[in-house]
Amino acid sequence: MTVGLFIPCYVDQFYPNAAIATLRLLEKLNVNVVFPLKQTCCGQPMANSGFEHLTGGCNRLFIDNFQDFDYIVAPSGSCVLHIREHLHDPEREILAKSVSHKIYELTAFLTDVLKVTELNVSFPHRVGVHQSCHGQRGLMLSQMSELVAAPFSKPGYLLSMVNGLQLVELDRKDECCGFGGTFCVTEEAVSVKMGKDRVADHLRQGVEYITGVDMSCLMHMEGILNRMGSKVKVIHIAEILNGE
Amino acid sequence: MEKTSQDHSELAANFNKDEERVDWHDETLWWIRQKRDKNVHQLPEWETLREVASQIKNNVLSRLHIYLKQFEKNATYNGMIVHWAADAAEHNQIVLDLLQGRGVDRMVKSKSMLTEECGLNEFLAEHGVEVVDSDLGERIVQLAKEPPSHIVLPCIHKKKEEIGELFYKYLGTPAGVSDPQILTETARQHLREIFLTRKVALTGVNFAVAETGEFVVCTNEGNADMGAHLADIHIASMGIEKLIPEKKHLGVFLRLLTRSATGQPITTYSSHFKRPSLGKEIHVILVDNGRSIHLGKPDFRESLKCIRCGACMNTCPVYRRSGGHSYHNAVAGPIGSILAPNFDMEKNADLPFASTLCGSCSNVCPVKINIHEQLYKWRQVIVQAGLAPVAKKAGMQVMTAVLSSPGLYNSAGKVGRWVFKYAPFAVNNQLNPWYKQRDLPSAPKQSFKEWYLTNKA
Amino acid sequence: MSSREKILNAVRANQFNGPALPDIEFLERKGKGTPEKFKTVLSSIGGEVFYINSLDEVSRIVARQFSAISRIVNLVPGIQIPTQETLLENIDPAQLHSVDLALIPAHFAVAENGAVWVTAEDLSPRVIPFICEHLAIVINSGHIVPTMHEAYQLIANYNYGYSVFIAGPSKTADIEQSLVIGAHGPRSLTVFIKV
Repeated sequence: MTVGLFIPCYVDQFYPNAAIATLRLLEKLNVNVVFPLKQTCCGQPMANSGFEHLTGGCNRLFIDNFQDFDYIVAPSGSCVLHIREHLHDPEREILAKSVSHKIYELTAFLTDVLKVTELNVSFPHRVGVHQSCHGQRGLMLSQMSELVAAPFSKPGYLLSMVNGLQLVELDRKDECCGFGGTFCVTEEAVSVKMGKDRVADHLRQGVEYITGVDMSCLMHMEGILNRMGSKVKVIHIAEILNGE
Repeated sequence: MEKTSQDHSELAANFNKDEERVDWHDETLWWIRQKRDKNVHQLPEWETLREVASQIKNNVLSRLHIYLKQFEKNATYNGMIVHWAADAAEHNQIVLDLLQGRGVDRMVKSKSMLTEECGLNEFLAEHGVEVVDSDLGERIVQLAKEPPSHIVLPCIHKKKEEIGELFYKYLGTPAGVSDPQILTETARQHLREIFLTRKVALTGVNFAVAETGEFVVCTNEGNADMGAHLADIHIASMGIEKLIPEKKHLGVFLRLLTRSATGQPITTYSSHFKRPSLGKEIHVILVDNGRSIHLGKPDFRESLKCIRCGACMNTCPVYRRSGGHSYHNAVAGPIGSILAPNFDMEKNADLPFASTLCGSCSNVCPVKINIHEQLYKWRQVIVQAGLAPVAKKAGMQVMTAVLSSPGLYNSAGKVGRWVFKYAPFAVNNQLNPWYKQRDLPSAPKQSFKEWYLTNKA
Repeated sequence: MSSREKILNAVRANQFNGPALPDIEFLERKGKGTPEKFKTVLSSIGGEVFYINSLDEVSRIVARQFSAISRIVNLVPGIQIPTQETLLENIDPAQLHSVDLALIPAHFAVAENGAVWVTAEDLSPRVIPFICEHLAIVINSGHIVPTMHEAYQLIANYNYGYSVFIAGPSKTADIEQSLVIGAHGPRSLTVFIKV
């Protein structure tokens, strides 16, 4: 099986370590990973802002770059959800559909396809997991608190394989961090307040690191942590699972 | 398209100036969400109930004209008088005519979001009719001359000291009293006098049953019944979407409604009105006011399933931190944001963007309205209608050009990182909304693509 | 064209293919609701419950619980309270504003939410259970159903002019979510369960 690696635009530009960790982790698990060099963006920033009609170029590029792989894996819940739900090409709709069906968020790929049961890595720290909304409620990466249903967590399951990692329990398990794409600047006041409250929850539990599947959420919380001079760091889950 | 002064982001920014107050507002509503969770987790069949309710409501919407006629026939047979109002103005006129026809110039009203939507109180006041709202929360905002900020908890935005001051000013309580027990007792005595003397009472309708021609009104206070049973004329205003097909369906909806709204198993009173008492009248006003148009929009008509429980508001992290008044509509929050653009897209173009699309609302909705998906879809409609701000449109077109071209993307990224690294002041300043309260990420030496080319390719 | 026509035409023009009505019989539970569950729920929402073996006990308990009151209206056949008032046939409902205690019968109770079901035929005038300062209700312990689904099964063919599910005393939490018992309706609710 060959996996096409899709790296979200902001991860590529600003958090390459998360992408490097993703690549290395997959290779450690004996996956043949290819990174198409002509990839750009999934189109979500435009689509969520009401400009879905401008995403044709991004869609076509995505299909061109990724159509030939068995699976596509990305270290991002929201990008994967976007592709799953909104990848279209009026001239190649069947192909678009098949491409959108084979994209996986990283932790879901590990648990559902690779069926990983052990990792042999350590991360002896107090860690809080931020449940990024699109991954959680959209991709069902973990059970949401709104539903009367059995609890589960794919990221949580993987983190339980990491030696020494202490997972904290948050007061509000799955409240949104407030990033929301362009929302973070168009509704700056509410966005920041939501981020501050999320960060405060983690701080109350005495975490050293905040992790999650989406670097966008973490970037938003990191901005708040740094502004307040906190020593708490954000780290993408790929880096923890890769033993960094 | 310029931002009007009625813009959610501006109103919300204002609301956030008092952080302590935002915390208080947010924590109060979150606590109600938790009460809801605690209660619904006691029902293993909860998700099934939601699915059943959703199907019943979709069935109703798909055959609404049949159910409307059936309800009218049965209600009339029961001795009720049924009126039809195509829009808000007509609804208000019908109410006024009923009052003036009997030479009555004062009325007691229990909670009805529909009458808020129609601006009934203001209309009647202009025509010399005094309306007293009997729901405690509604009475409070009425005295404060404000609209309610939440469809179930009208004065959730008001502190008890502020309510105490209102009561001191208007109801004669001693200055400085803010104890809820004392204030409620004051309201009880004050409204008792109103109930005993008003001959016309208006209520909302929670559910109307087509099969039997009866309707149900749910309250904790008992105010709807106090007003209706003591008056000679009971007027019941309802949106046409409030119908349900059969009486037994009430079992499903009454089990879902209050648990979703406040975490109680049921309201204190669930009153079923079928026939007027001897010598009295019941008038039902069926109101369209844009609902039939909404019904014709396949992407958006599911919002008409709404049973007005308010659960979406309680769970919405944005609503809790911006307050109902930031939505400048009778119905605020997530459901308000997908209903309002149907009434007036231009005035309400800001609302579908007042969300991170987190999806919490859709998953607490007892009738499974896909609220967050409709928010996304409204954004597309609004932009296509030319209502996006010019600057945003231009920015988006640049972004599209860059992101559709690998070459441009790579160089733009490089430029961006260079700016971050060598000219951070260009982005780290107060003109950049991100930077106001957050640091920006620092620029790494290489992008992942550059690393890959060096190390792997 | 009348508004009625306008609305019906507009609605009809926008009808779509929707789902059939789902079967909901599977939601009904077999068996009865338990008095214990009913009592637990009602107590948690501010109501008070007394188990009695005969209706005679009611008068004694009322005298003990409501010693300081004057106006009592009793609408339960088989109970006689010494000081109870006989309601005039066409009494003006407003005249009832100073009733301290109203005693009414209920047909059955619902265990899951502590509600009892009362109909207009048992209340004349309809305002009685709302206007009194305190409300007391008598039910039979054999007449308790588990949930609202069974409740609606029971009343499927009941042709009431008005009916109401009453769950506890009136209340509000509109002021800073602070629960206050006794809003516009009765300040207390007492339920007598006849075993």
